Amino acid sequence: MFKKILIANRGEIACRVIKSARKMGIKTVAVYSDADRDALHVEMADESVHIGPPAAAHSYLVIEKIVDACKATGAEAVHPGYGFLSEREAFPVALAKAGIVFIGPNPGAIAAMGDKIESKKAAAKAKVSTVPGYLGEISDATHAIKIAAEIGYPVMIKASAGGGGKGMRIAWSEKEVADGFNASRSEAKSSFGDDRMFIEKFIVNPRHIEIQLLGDKHGNVIYLGERECSIQRRNQKVIEEAPSPLLDEKTRKAMGEQAVALAKAVGYDSAGTVEFVAGQDKSFFFLEMNTRLQVEHPVTELITGIDLVEQMIRVAAGEKLTLTQKDVKLNGWAVESRIYAEDPYRNFLPSIGRLVKYRPPAESCVGGVTVRNDTGVTEGGEISMYYDPMIAKLVTHAATRDAAIDAQAEALDAFYIDGISHNVPFLTSLMQHPRWRSGNISTGFIAEEFPEGFVPRAPEGAQFHTMAAVAAAIDHKSNLRRRAISDQMGGKPVRFASARVVHIGKAVQRLDVSGGDRAPIYVTLVDEKGVRGKTLEIISAWSPGEPVWTGTIGGAHAAVQVRPMLNGVNLAYRGIQAPAYVYTEREAELVAIMPVKVPADMSKYLLCPMPGLIKALHVKEGQEVKAGDNLAVVEAMKMENLLRAERDGVVKKVNAKAGDSLAVDAVILEFV
Amino acid sequence: MKTVIEELEQRRAQARLGGGQVRIDAQHAKGRLTARERIELLMDEGSFEEFDMFVEHRGTEFGMEKTKIPGDGVVTGWGTINGRIVYVFAKDFTVFGGSLSEAHAKKMTKVQDLAIRNRAPIIGVFDAGGARIQEGVDALGGYGEVFTRNVLASGVIPQISLIMGPCAGGDVYSPAMTDFIFMVKDTSYMFVTGPDVVKTVTNETVTAEELGGAKVHTTKSSIADRAYENDVEALLQMRRLMDFLPANNESGVPELPSDDPEDRIDHSLDTLVPDNPNKPYDMKELILKIVDEGDFFEIQDQFAKNIVTGFARFEGRTVGIVANQPMVLAGVLDSDASRKAARFVRFCDCFDIPLVTLVDVPGFLPGTAQEYGGLIKHGAKLLFAFAEATVPKVTLITRKAYGGAYDVMSSKHIRGDVNYAWPTAEIAVMGAKGAAEILYRSELNDPAKIQARIDEYKKRFANPFVAAERGYIDEVIEPSATRLRIARALNMLRNKHVENPWKKHDNIPL
Repeated sequence: MFKKILIANRGEIACRVIKSARKMGIKTVAVYSDADRDALHVEMADESVHIGPPAAAHSYLVIEKIVDACKATGAEAVHPGYGFLSEREAFPVALAKAGIVFIGPNPGAIAAMGDKIESKKAAAKAKVSTVPGYLGEISDATHAIKIAAEIGYPVMIKASAGGGGKGMRIAWSEKEVADGFNASRSEAKSSFGDDRMFIEKFIVNPRHIEIQLLGDKHGNVIYLGERECSIQRRNQKVIEEAPSPLLDEKTRKAMGEQAVALAKAVGYDSAGTVEFVAGQDKSFFFLEMNTRLQVEHPVTELITGIDLVEQMIRVAAGEKLTLTQKDVKLNGWAVESRIYAEDPYRNFLPSIGRLVKYRPPAESCVGGVTVRNDTGVTEGGEISMYYDPMIAKLVTHAATRDAAIDAQAEALDAFYIDGISHNVPFLTSLMQHPRWRSGNISTGFIAEEFPEGFVPRAPEGAQFHTMAAVAAAIDHKSNLRRRAISDQMGGKPVRFASARVVHIGKAVQRLDVSGGDRAPIYVTLVDEKGVRGKTLEIISAWSPGEPVWTGTIGGAHAAVQVRPMLNGVNLAYRGIQAPAYVYTEREAELVAIMPVKVPADMSKYLLCPMPGLIKALHVKEGQEVKAGDNLAVVEAMKMENLLRAERDGVVKKVNAKAGDSLAVDAVILEFV
Repeated sequence: MKTVIEELEQRRAQARLGGGQVRIDAQHAKGRLTARERIELLMDEGSFEEFDMFVEHRGTEFGMEKTKIPGDGVVTGWGTINGRIVYVFAKDFTVFGGSLSEAHAKKMTKVQDLAIRNRAPIIGVFDAGGARIQEGVDALGGYGEVFTRNVLASGVIPQISLIMGPCAGGDVYSPAMTDFIFMVKDTSYMFVTGPDVVKTVTNETVTAEELGGAKVHTTKSSIADRAYENDVEALLQMRRLMDFLPANNESGVPELPSDDPEDRIDHSLDTLVPDNPNKPYDMKELILKIVDEGDFFEIQDQFAKNIVTGFARFEGRTVGIVANQPMVLAGVLDSDASRKAARFVRFCDCFDIPLVTLVDVPGFLPGTAQEYGGLIKHGAKLLFAFAEATVPKVTLITRKAYGGAYDVMSSKHIRGDVNYAWPTAEIAVMGAKGAAEILYRSELNDPAKIQARIDEYKKRFANPFVAAERGYIDEVIEPSATRLRIARALNMLRNKHVENPWKKHDNIPL
């Protein structure tokens, strides 16, 4: 076995590999760019080597630098992680030349699977199911109808030179093929000057299902079940699970055996993944093979109990697989959420900055429920613009799919991040989605269910009651503390009524609250008619200042994120985020008199997005602008930011001039 | 006997109605609460005891003898906020527009006297039209009596003013002499002369909001210390503020129970100061991470944001925090920042509130605007305030401490008690580039040579160790352990006793 390996990667995957290596008693070497000087993977590794500037093209992607780092540290092998150099054929070749082992497949296998067309040919040759289609030239509509009948409906008619949906039609009948073929063909001719067409099977509501493979250098290959990754946003995977709710034992076996056949055909000798597109009828077709460790590998690890990184290292060192196909047992269900630094409320724009607070839920394995968090960042770390915005993968495992999703939802509730925008609210909201919970999903799920993007839900029902109870408990605890302040007037301690009115967003809940600072708190909900509900016992060790309230409410466990505000707290729970105020009855009466202030409509203003210096103004008063026109340039932190018009309009007033130093949200322009 | 009690109840009920339901409704329609409602929210439930409910004016001019309303436009008395005694007067706009008569002023001075005598804070709620013109000089005399007591109470008991409606003319000077002024956005304004007079005298057209609204006074004039969205928000925040303040200048700070461990280590602070010395970071993150429960009551949050001032707690006990803010103008000291911080430091010193100073300051702001504006004297105010303060003073230099600003920011040399520095601290007369360019002016034409000089200066002074070698810095600490170190230092200084030489009073460069 190797004594020392180098990890040619960063972030969570570098940390993940280091963990397995450490467990195996192997020393680790990290590499890092200028932007990653203080990164977690550098801290975790036994040694680290600086490999250049932040841009990956000048650091993590430079083969010579990795080879040099190996030589300098005496690392005998390199794990590439995913992305970066992991699927570059030249990388293992260069390593081999320097006498260093590549912890991954042989270059031949990478090459064979690297080319989309070549890999499809190899798959077909290995008798792997591929999407039925006709790749030859189609002469006319009659010919097209004949081909379509052979393939089976529905079919997709595509221009060979096509792109962007032009020259593409989906046809469900002969007539549609006839019409569609001609229409597509003339569109293709006018758009691309090329009217060659082809036809392939169209898969309705497709699902993304992939088979995890493991091979060694002795010709053995086994499959470790499947993963389903249908929950995607613009082809970016968001949630993965294993096993797939679609597959039965027979289909699983068929997919697995085909994948193994393909792997054997190309001499595959490491961990790898064969991706399929599957129809709701359990038909499946080869998509591509990924010759590396996948991001979502933890779900497979949790249902098989196999450490894939350890296996990769072992087979790379020449060991024979000790597992055979019949040793592979799928146990329970695992769900993974990818935590991205992107703002779900602003169309998932990437977000960068300092992780002011980063408190993931504790990793645990209690009562058959496992919570695992593969992360590459720590509180106080920096999310930079240079790399992938994924900051962690939260994985939960339990006996059933429902239990795993419940565990995931609760773990996400406790996942507290401040300083950057992130998709946790979207993920927690998704975990409540009935269609996701039913397992009736497809790759179109997010586009179909969130057509307007992510709109946060208003609190309601049981979730609203939970939030109201937590808000009341927090307020009660804080009140008890304040009433224990020193320097009070003699005599009886201050008394206070137990009736409270909780405002969460626009919703109102009356309740009674009592109990002690270090004892259970009791909350009784009171409905609009004054009817008192059951009294809930609230037990929590939460103290003011802690970011996540965890405890039980009437025996049910809950984790609610708490962010202090003036006179209240902002609560986040199950994808709901809302300000909560707890008033006495009298306060609530008087709050009702307070004027409702409508936030000013700022859409008619161009605001300075950050404190900075106006470098240039491109418009004058009275000027007409079109959406996308350049309006102004603001320099902040030595970076020039171009501000563009969001919609058509006319400039009414210019409030700044070049050279002005503006605060954030200062008005630069007003529009009519 | 029974009828007498009934009569009392009747009289009380009438007095509580102030100017009557129509005026109360009008007050509500303007988004404002009545004086009694305000007091109700400010005080613990049922703790308010009203004085002089039946007082009426004795004016006879201009038909005043025909209109008398019990209370005469101000509600006064005392109660508790979380069990601690507070005196209060609240102008009642429903009665004569809250205008001040001789009797009205007497009600105010009665509670002022009680507050001073019994050493407890006083809160004034303003919502009034100014002097009662019908009373003439009696009203002016009344103002003077109130002002005198404001001055005598200053530095003895905390005096807080809440502006919740109009506050004009003579009414503005009482708040102006109190410790803090809070306003309500959109429904309150303060000015010496109103828009009409302004128009007549200077021909300037201006609205009340533009002339003296909450935004103007929190961002431009710095008259007000905070502005709130509405009456309820403001009153509940006053309750929160009072939990930070001592009852008087001899009581010491209050103590609030807390579970936040004083030895809480925060590793994220180790990366707070960026590698690049010109990159800003948020000093408020440091404040929120080291104080008890992340609870920080900021004073003047919208003015001179290059310095942050406010109250927080360590081990349950109040401290005053003064911190340069690198996010705004690189944390430079200018006239506004110096005045803001100086006044805050002096408040803390008056009331025995220990000072925790967090330093990242590149110096004083250069330029004609600053110099013409009197930067020398404004800067001196802060220097004076820190130097004369005898409360425990704990200072932490996180990054830059350059030039005279180093001395000013509660340095060892002006009686800082415990002076810490992070390893990232740079204590020098100026930045390395500037220093090298002055010291080696003759080499300016040779970029390579001058760069070598810059590096040399940086190596020598861009660290805390030169100062530590001389004892100007007591200890270089790990950022992650900041909370523990400051808490321990404050604990060690709890019985600090220093007296300045006897004087009638000092002569701070006002």
